[in-house]
Amino acid sequence: MKPEEHSRRQQELAGWPVMIETYKLGDVYHCAIANVDPGARFARADGATREEAESRAIEKATRYLAQTRKFEV
Amino acid sequence: MATQTLPGVLVTTDWVAQHATDAAVRVVEVDVDTTSYDQGHVPGAAGWNWTTELCDTLVRDIIPANKLEELLGKTGIDNKTAIVLYGDNNNWFAAWAFWQLKIYGHQDVRIMDGGRKKWLAEGRDLSTDRPSFPATTYKAPAPDLSLRAFLPEVQQAVAGKKAALVDVRSPQEFTGEILAPPGLPETCQRGGHIPGAKSIPWGKNCNEDGTFKSFDELKALYAAQGITGDQPVIAYCRIGERSSLTWFTMKHLLGFKDVRNYDGSWTEWGNLVGAPVEKP
Repeated sequence: MKPEEHSRRQQELAGWPVMIETYKLGDVYHCAIANVDPGARFARADGATREEAESRAIEKATRYLAQTRKFEV
Repeated sequence: MATQTLPGVLVTTDWVAQHATDAAVRVVEVDVDTTSYDQGHVPGAAGWNWTTELCDTLVRDIIPANKLEELLGKTGIDNKTAIVLYGDNNNWFAAWAFWQLKIYGHQDVRIMDGGRKKWLAEGRDLSTDRPSFPATTYKAPAPDLSLRAFLPEVQQAVAGKKAALVDVRSPQEFTGEILAPPGLPETCQRGGHIPGAKSIPWGKNCNEDGTFKSFDELKALYAAQGITGDQPVIAYCRIGERSSLTWFTMKHLLGFKDVRNYDGSWTEWGNLVGAPVEKP
């Protein structure tokens, strides 16, 4: 199968820049979110539509990012 | 690209598309996100889970020899098979698998340049089938631990300046502003870096499409921090996978002789009572 509707975009979630990657394979949309630096995937979700997959992944990502603390240096 | 030192250690996505099902070749996906494989993978590729299949699941250690033999055997790999690794995050854990396979002396291991990112971006075929392979009997030689740094060697490097330390984490992790990459669990008690370490984030090894930079670009990147291959080098990150990629770069693309991956990394050093920490 060929992946369809592949997209990558950068946006900010909970104050952190992230990369959101989505594609459709068969009938399922797969979305994965990675932090921009260092570039680790840390949230993903599937859905029947792009919006469903992305909103689920974004919800998880936002929750995880909220737990990242910043320290004075 | 940067294959001037050891030709053949990198293969292109085109090459994989043409050779993925060759009998003498086994393509294996290894991802940070262990669910990525099931979201579609290179047709014919096996999938290895780094959290359960590429480590000792009891003590913190790399995969034991007998477990590696079992894994390779059930993946249909013998000692002469060309293993082609790729994965997400620009091949972080593909490099982790590469490093372990080299510790156990597998001769022909390669990485698909650009990894999963490039394969997807090129719109190439994906499969959700889990292929099965005829079982083989694999015999691993004794591990080559010259590729691995343990805590005492790192402590000696700090004290005696006998090896250069390369911290491949993000600048924010290096300075101690954050304790883990954004969105991931904090796994250390202290932030900062090992005294004397040079900050060369892993991402600087790669182009935007996920491929490795050219030999000349990589050589200049490391030389700018005084890392020329003239002295031993120890790379580290948080748990040893990002530093595997940097180890791969220095050892197999730049041809540095003595490069070790400190897989204890910051989750060991940053939790160690009394260990010196430098900030920022």
